[in-house]
Formats: sequence, structure tokens, C-alpha cells
Amino acid sequence: MAEELVYKKPRLLTDKDFHFCPGCSHGTIHKVIAEVIDQMGMENSSIGITPVGCSVLAYNYIDIDWVQAAHGRACAVATGIKRLNPSKLVFTYQGDGDLAAIGTGETIHAANRGDNIVVIYVNNAVYGMTGGQMAPTTLLGMKTVTTPNGRDAKLHGYPFKVGEMISQLEGVCYFTRQSVHTAAGVRRARKALRRAFELSMEGRGLSFVEFVGTCSSGWKMSAVEANKWLDENMLPFYPLSAE
Amino acid sequence: MAKIKGRLEIDKERCKGCAVCLTACPFSILELGREVNSKGYNYPRVVDLERCTGCASCATVCPDSCITVYRTKQL
Ligand SMILES: Cc1ncc(C[n+]2csc(CCOP(=O)(O)OP(=O)(O)O)c2C)c(N)n1
Ligand code: SF4
Ligand code: SF4
Ligand code: SF4
Repeated sequence: MAEELVYKKPRLLTDKDFHFCPGCSHGTIHKVIAEVIDQMGMENSSIGITPVGCSVLAYNYIDIDWVQAAHGRACAVATGIKRLNPSKLVFTYQGDGDLAAIGTGETIHAANRGDNIVVIYVNNAVYGMTGGQMAPTTLLGMKTVTTPNGRDAKLHGYPFKVGEMISQLEGVCYFTRQSVHTAAGVRRARKALRRAFELSMEGRGLSFVEFVGTCSSGWKMSAVEANKWLDENMLPFYPLSAE
Repeated sequence: MAKIKGRLEIDKERCKGCAVCLTACPFSILELGREVNSKGYNYPRVVDLERCTGCASCATVCPDSCITVYRTKQL
């Protein structure tokens, strides 16, 4: 019987090895983006905006057009690009330090204006690139290098559910929260991302696609332990969407 | 009855030995071998190929896209 191909590295991923740590969710999320853009036949009409953070080099890995923005400014840059190029798919890719700390203002206003961009938000609850410091999204009790005794609400405030907040705004047409730590999760995430891209191309407003991800280096555990920790600790506070 | 058989090709040089694929396999037929690649990472191998159905769960979760999956239907 003839052998059929079931799965291979997405065509739009370049041959460069990811610089990410072993098991990092950024790699899997990059893969999902490359697959969905290819499925939609949009490789020549997609423009991504990279952030400051571990995913700053996405332009080396996914073979589409990219612009690299200053820390937190991706949604502002995306707004300008989309308004000048309405026929393009324009999306940002941002970590929680980039989007939910230094870039909170730009993000909220892009959402409130309903600009037709897709925001891909990777929430790993720490600043990965700079060594695992507390982020606005860090869970209560979670130990990081700047909260060695665990995050304390009295001292550090509460973890920030930016997705839920953004989803209340008139300009936002779609909010979904996904994860890529299981095969079923990756399959759901593909569908959710495709829906967001389609809504954006229909001019329906801003789509916000959150990925709850791991940072095994920042969390100081193995990749397999980090996936389990995500399941047991991140998902109860940041629950996944059905679609 | 038709039997579905899978086969994997693992790009061992791209692999970082994270073991995420091992936990994704419904039949637990992957393990990290003792050999390392040029970066010093142990990479996975299939210990019981007969049981592989080519479901591609391992390849789907691999953050570094190292696994290619093929499937054959045997009548
Ligand atoms: C203006 C400015 N402030 C601070 C920094 C330092 N810095 C680099 S990455 C980063 C945060 C990264 O965290 P996150 O966005 O969660 O991404 P991750 O690395 O976890 O994917 C910070 C604060 C910087 N590069 N520029
Ligand atoms: S530091 Fe964290 S977010 Fe950055 S590549 Fe490593 S695991 Fe990924
Ligand atoms: S998931 Fe990929 S990188 Fe990790 S051990 Fe398996 S093949 Fe290697
Ligand atoms: S294709 Fe499926 S059955 Fe085969 S090794 Fe991968 S996860 Fe296991």
C-alpha cells in the first residue's frame, strides 16, 4: 500500500534552528502561525510585527514579511501598516512583558479603535528573555527571580487578565485563549488562529488570540514539568476557550 | 481488517531533547536514546514501531518541528 505523508515541518518555516530553549512554547506557536498562513494561501500578503522579548527574531523563522517594533509598540506599528495596506493580513506577536506591561496603552487603544489587526499574545507569566522576572501576569504565589518568596498581592498587585479586559471593548471582534502543550490543543489553536485571521480580513475589528505558554528556563523546570505546571497552575487562572 | 501503520523520520540535528514528544504519544513508544547530536542533546527513537499508528501527536507538539510522520494502510 502507498505510504502517505501525515505531518512534516511547515513549508513556511525556514531551515534556521530556533534559538528558543528546549520545549519553549514559542517554537510551537511559530509553527501554528506558519501552518495557518500557508493553509490560507497568504504567504505573500501577510505582515507580522515582532516584539521585544524572546520572540523578537520571529522574522528569521517564518518566511513572510516582518517589521520589528520597539518594546511594547507592536500594536501601534501594526495599526499604521494595516491602515496603509488594508488588503494585507497584519498581526503582532507579543509576550506578556511586551504587551501587558510596557505596551498596555498601545494595546488597549488599538483594541478600542477596532483596528483590523490580529494580536497574538503569548502569556508565559514571566519576562523570559531577561531571565525570568515577575510580569504583570505572574500568578499569586509564583516564584520568580524578582519574587523569590512568591508573588504577594499586597506587595505586587494581582495577575493581569488582559484578554478578558480587552474582550469587553467595542472594537474587539474575537478573543480566544489557547495553548499548545498537547496535540489536541495545537489542533484547536490552528482553528482559532484561522478564525482570527479571517475576521481580520473581513474587516470586523481587532482579534486577540492569547496563548498560555511555558517558559521552562524562567520557571526553572524541565520542558515536560513546565507543561504539567501549566496544566495545573496556569490553566485554572487563565482558562482556555472552547474555540 | 485494515491496519494502519506509522513511520517517523526524526531530524536529530534539529532536536533539543525536550521530551515533549514522548509525553504526547498515546502509546508511550518514544524514548530518548543514549546518543547525542552535535549540540549535545539526546534525541528520541521509536522503541516499538509496530504500535505506531502515525497519529502525528508527537510531531504536532514538537516545538522544533523535528518529526515527519508517514502512514500506510495495510489491508
Ligand atoms: C525599552 C526597554 N525596556 C526594557 C527592556 C528589557 N526587556 C527585554 S525583553 C523584556 C520582556 C520580555 O518578556 P515577555 O514580553 O514576556 O517575552 P518573553 O521573553 O517571555 O517571550 C524586557 C523587559 C528592553 N529591551 N527595552
Ligand atoms: S527564556 Fe523562556 S520564553 Fe525565552 S526561549 Fe527560553 S523558555 Fe522560551
Ligand atoms: S519534541 Fe522535538 S525537540 Fe523535543 S525531544 Fe521530541 S523531537 Fe526533540
Ligand atoms: S505518530 Fe502517534 S503513535 Fe506514532 S510515535 Fe508519534 S505519537 Fe506515537
